[in-house]
Amino acid sequence: MGDVMLQEAISVAASLMLLISFALLAQHRLLSVLHWFAAQGVVLALTTLLVAVISGHNELYFSALMTLLLKGALLPWLLWRIIRKMHVHREVEPLVNMPVTMFIALTLVLVCFYVALPIERMSQLVTHNTLAIAMATVFLSMLMMITRKKAITQVIGFLSIENALFFTAIGATHGMPMIVELGVAFDVLIAAIIFGLFFTHMRSTFDSLDLDVIQEKSKR
Amino acid sequence: MTGTMNWFIFTLLSPLIGGLLLAFIRQPARSSAINIGFSCATLIGSLGLAVAVLQQGSHEALAGFFFLDAYNVFLITLTSFVSLTTSIFSGPYMRFEWLHRDLPEQRLRLYHAMFQLFVFGMLLGFTTNNIGVLWIALELATLATVLLVSLYRTPASIAAAWKYFMLAGMGIALALLGTILIFFTSSTIFGHSNDALTWTLLFAHASELDARVMMMAFAFLMVGYGTKIGLAPMHAWLPDAHAEGPTPVSAVLSGLLLNLALYALVRFKMLVDGATGTAMAGHIMIAFGLFSLCIAALSLHKQHDIKRMFSFSSIEHMGLMTVAFGIGTPLANFAGLLHMTVHSLVKSGIFFTVGHAAQAMGSQNMEQIRGLIRHHPGIGWGLLIGTAAIAGFPPFGVFTSEFLLFSAILDTHPWLVLPLLTGLLVAFAGLFRFVQPMVFGQAPEHAIAIKANMLPVYIHFALALLLGLAIPGPLANWYEQAATLIAGGAPL
Repeated sequence: MGDVMLQEAISVAASLMLLISFALLAQHRLLSVLHWFAAQGVVLALTTLLVAVISGHNELYFSALMTLLLKGALLPWLLWRIIRKMHVHREVEPLVNMPVTMFIALTLVLVCFYVALPIERMSQLVTHNTLAIAMATVFLSMLMMITRKKAITQVIGFLSIENALFFTAIGATHGMPMIVELGVAFDVLIAAIIFGLFFTHMRSTFDSLDLDVIQEKSKR
Repeated sequence: MTGTMNWFIFTLLSPLIGGLLLAFIRQPARSSAINIGFSCATLIGSLGLAVAVLQQGSHEALAGFFFLDAYNVFLITLTSFVSLTTSIFSGPYMRFEWLHRDLPEQRLRLYHAMFQLFVFGMLLGFTTNNIGVLWIALELATLATVLLVSLYRTPASIAAAWKYFMLAGMGIALALLGTILIFFTSSTIFGHSNDALTWTLLFAHASELDARVMMMAFAFLMVGYGTKIGLAPMHAWLPDAHAEGPTPVSAVLSGLLLNLALYALVRFKMLVDGATGTAMAGHIMIAFGLFSLCIAALSLHKQHDIKRMFSFSSIEHMGLMTVAFGIGTPLANFAGLLHMTVHSLVKSGIFFTVGHAAQAMGSQNMEQIRGLIRHHPGIGWGLLIGTAAIAGFPPFGVFTSEFLLFSAILDTHPWLVLPLLTGLLVAFAGLFRFVQPMVFGQAPEHAIAIKANMLPVYIHFALALLLGLAIPGPLANWYEQAATLIAGGAPL
C-alpha cells in the first residue's frame, strides 16, 4: 500500500518537473523565470527525499538536503541579487516566438517518450516510469537556453539543464554514486561563480547582458 | 608495484599543489619560474610512471579508483611534456603581454594558477577509472580554460569565452546524460555502487550491458564529447576560443584538451563495441570525423585571423583522428595514436610561433603579418617548417601517421580514401595560400623586434621529425600495445 502511494508521489513529482519546464519556457518576466527555477530546485529536493524513503539509500537524504540548499535557495538567491544589482530589463526576449517555442517543446516531449519507453520497461526500479519525462525536461531546458538572448536567462537555462540531469539520475537509477554527485555539484557551483564573474565583466565592458549587443560590440 | 604508486601520486599531486601555490604568488617573474618548476616535476613523475607501467603492465591504483594502461600512460606523458614546453614558452610571452597590454599582475596570477589546475584536470581525466569522475575532470579542465580564454577581458575575448562556456556546457550536459544512461544499464549488473561506473569492470562485462541503451548512450556521448573535441557541426566555440585567448592557452587547447575529449570518446566506444557487437559506434565516429574534416578544410580558406586559421586546422586533424579510431583496426588505432602525438607537438609548436609573430607584427590579422623570414628569421622558418609538418609533408610524423591511416582505410573502407584525400588537399592549399605571403614578402614598417623564445618550438618539431623518420623501438611497442587494447584486445 505504502509503495503504491510513494510511486504515485514520484509520478506527481515527475509531472511537476515537466510542468515547471514548460512554465520556464513560457515566462515573459525575468523574475518569474527565477521563481520557477527556484520551484524546480525545491521539487527536485522533494523527489530526492521521496526516492530516499523508497530505496533506503541513506546518502540520498544528504543529497536531498544539499539540493534544497544549493538549487532551491543559494543559486536562485545569487541570481536574484545579480538581477537586482544590475537592473536587468524585466522582459525576456526569446529568439523564437512563444507559440512556436511551445510547439517545438511539445514535439520534443513526444520524441522523448517514443525513444525512452522501450528502455523504461527494462528497469526494475519503482521510479522507472519517470525516465521519459526526465529526458524531456533536459531537452526543454536546452531549448530554453538556446532560444534566449539574455545572458542571465541562458544561465538559468544552463542550471535548469543541470537540475533536469539530476532528476534523470534520480529517476532512472536512484541517483549516481555519492562521489560523482558531489563532484558534479562542485563543478556546478564553480560554474555559477564563473557566471557571476562574467556578468560583472559584461556589465563593465558592454554595459549590457544582452548577447546581441555583446556580439555586435565585440566585432568592432 | 609500490614504485608505480609513488610515481602516480607524485604526478597527480604536482599540478594540484602547483595551482594552489601559484594562486598566492604575486610577482609574475617568480610565478612563471614556479610554473615551469611544477610542470617539470609533473613531467618527471609521468616519465617514471610510463617506465613503470611499460615494465609491469597495466594495473589499478588506490583501491581501483584509478587505473593505468598503455593507452592513458602515453597520453599522460604527452600532456605533461607539452605543458612543460608551454610553460617555458609562456614565461617571456606573458611578460611581453603584461608589459604591452597592461594586464594587471593579479590577472597573471590567475593565469598561472588556472594553467596548473587545467593540467590537474587533464591528468585526473586520463587516469580515473570512474566514468563519472572522467566527466567531472573534463568539466574542471574546461572551466579552467574558460577563465583563461577571457584573460584579456577585451569585448571579443569575453564574447568568445561566453560562447565557449555555453556550448561546452551544453555538450557536457549531453555527455552526462549519456553517462547516466550507462549507469542505468550497468547498475542492473553491479548494483547501485561505484562499481557500475568503474571502467575496468564495465569493460570486462561489456557484453552483458544492454545493447540498446548503450547505443542510445553513445549517441549522447558522441554529441557531448564531440562538442569538446571540436567536431563539426558543434565546433562553433573552438575558433573563437583559440583566437581570443592568450597564445599558450590556444596551444594547450589544441594540443591537449581536445585529446582528452577524444580519449573519453574512444574509451566509451570500446564499451559500446563490446555491448553491441557491431561496428555502429565506429561508423558514427567516421561520419562525424569526415564531416568535420571537410567543413574545416573549407572554412580554413575564409579566415583572416591567423589563430582562427590554425584552429580550423585543428578541427581538421581531430576529424581525421576520429575517423581513425572509428575504423578501429589495430593499424588504424596505431595511426590515430601517432597522429595524436605529432598533432599535439606540431600544433602547439605552431601556436608558439604564431604568438611571437603576432607580437612582432602587432596584429593577429594575416594581412598585417608579412615578411617574417627577413624580419625574424627564427619565427619565419618556424612557421614555414611547422606548416609543412602539419600539412603532412614527409619526413615529418604527420606524413607517417596519415600514410598508415590510409593503408588501414584501404583494408577496410576503400571508398573513404577519396573524400579524405580531397579534404586534406583543400586544407593544404588553404594553409599555404595564407602562410606563403606571411613568411616571404615585405615586412610592414610597424613591425617591432622581439626576443623570441623559439627553443620549445624547435624541440617540438625535432620530435615530430624523429617520429616521422624512425619511431624508437620502445615507443613503437608502446603504441602497438595501446592500439591492440583499443581495438578490443584483452587489457594488458
